[in-house]
Amino acid sequence: MIDFPIIRVVSKFMIPYILLFGLYVQFHGDFGPGGGFQAGVIFASAIILYGLVFGLPAAKSVAPEWFVEKLIALGLVIYAGTGFTCIALGGNFLDYDVLDHHVLPGFLPHGQHLGIFVVELGVGITVTSVMIVIYYAFSARERRA
Amino acid sequence: MMEFIVIPILALLFATAITVAVIRNLWAAVMFTGIYSFLGASWMLILDAPDVAFTEAAVGAGVSTILMLATLSLVPRSSRKRGSISNSDFETKDPPRRRVISSLLVVIGTGAMLIYGTLDMPLFGSADAAIQTYPAPSFIEKSQTEMGEHGLPNVVTAVLASYRGYDTLGETAVIFTAGIAVLLILRKNKASDEIGAGQSEVTS
Repeated sequence: MIDFPIIRVVSKFMIPYILLFGLYVQFHGDFGPGGGFQAGVIFASAIILYGLVFGLPAAKSVAPEWFVEKLIALGLVIYAGTGFTCIALGGNFLDYDVLDHHVLPGFLPHGQHLGIFVVELGVGITVTSVMIVIYYAFSARERRA
Repeated sequence: MMEFIVIPILALLFATAITVAVIRNLWAAVMFTGIYSFLGASWMLILDAPDVAFTEAAVGAGVSTILMLATLSLVPRSSRKRGSISNSDFETKDPPRRRVISSLLVVIGTGAMLIYGTLDMPLFGSADAAIQTYPAPSFIEKSQTEMGEHGLPNVVTAVLASYRGYDTLGETAVIFTAGIAVLLILRKNKASDEIGAGQSEVTS
């Protein structure tokens, strides 16, 4: 679709804003609507749009396949790791109250807020990378046909 | 005033659903499912569920439409024989009339039972509904104080990631498993392509 100037220009214009909106939904999810899952699909849809317009190799140079595949596991590890960190700090599994700290109070989130923030980040990473990997898998078959 | 938005959206949802079921051109059907998802996202926004609207717009209208189109490029474009398509594997013949009528009766019966079941439910938006009275007030009252001194204004996030954090961990694991499963299936096909490359030309 790179031959269509309108699609090329408009999507080039849109993609940064879609990515920015994805980050906003991710990191503002504690205050506004959204969270890891929503942010993940929005972020992934920007990369999928890039792949649709500029071709699969271009998308793979932005988000290499081996890297995205590792991210699938990383997100889940971040989530479960938060739970185990809570145990290590003397609380229950996923009991974020023990994450309280006194570094930069009022600026860095802590306690429950920090736990939710980290956990949502894990969800976002896993969802983004799963969506991208599924798209890569399907469109690789499309090219062959 | 809201009726001017609500009624057209619901009417369009209905019309789109009928169109998807009736239309024979699969490309058009996929585009209509995308339109259906966008209308669904608008509807979710009216119901004050922007989270669900985001997801519906991005997954339903975006990603799944693209995946369906990618799949369609591997199969014939029409679900019924239309002259030029000669691949007999993908043709669907109309079932015999007697089976159509009995299926229709089953569908109507199931639908009637479901509608009968909704008669017992509280009215839409009713303040006495179970969902408004039992868990919600306690979460809304307590989450502000329990979520630390900054507070966490979004109760939905607090419930999903903290009160029910274990559920969400399981959901993330489900997404992880789904991604790995897709990779395993399609990877395997990629490896066997080199062996069966000549064979696939014969079959397609």
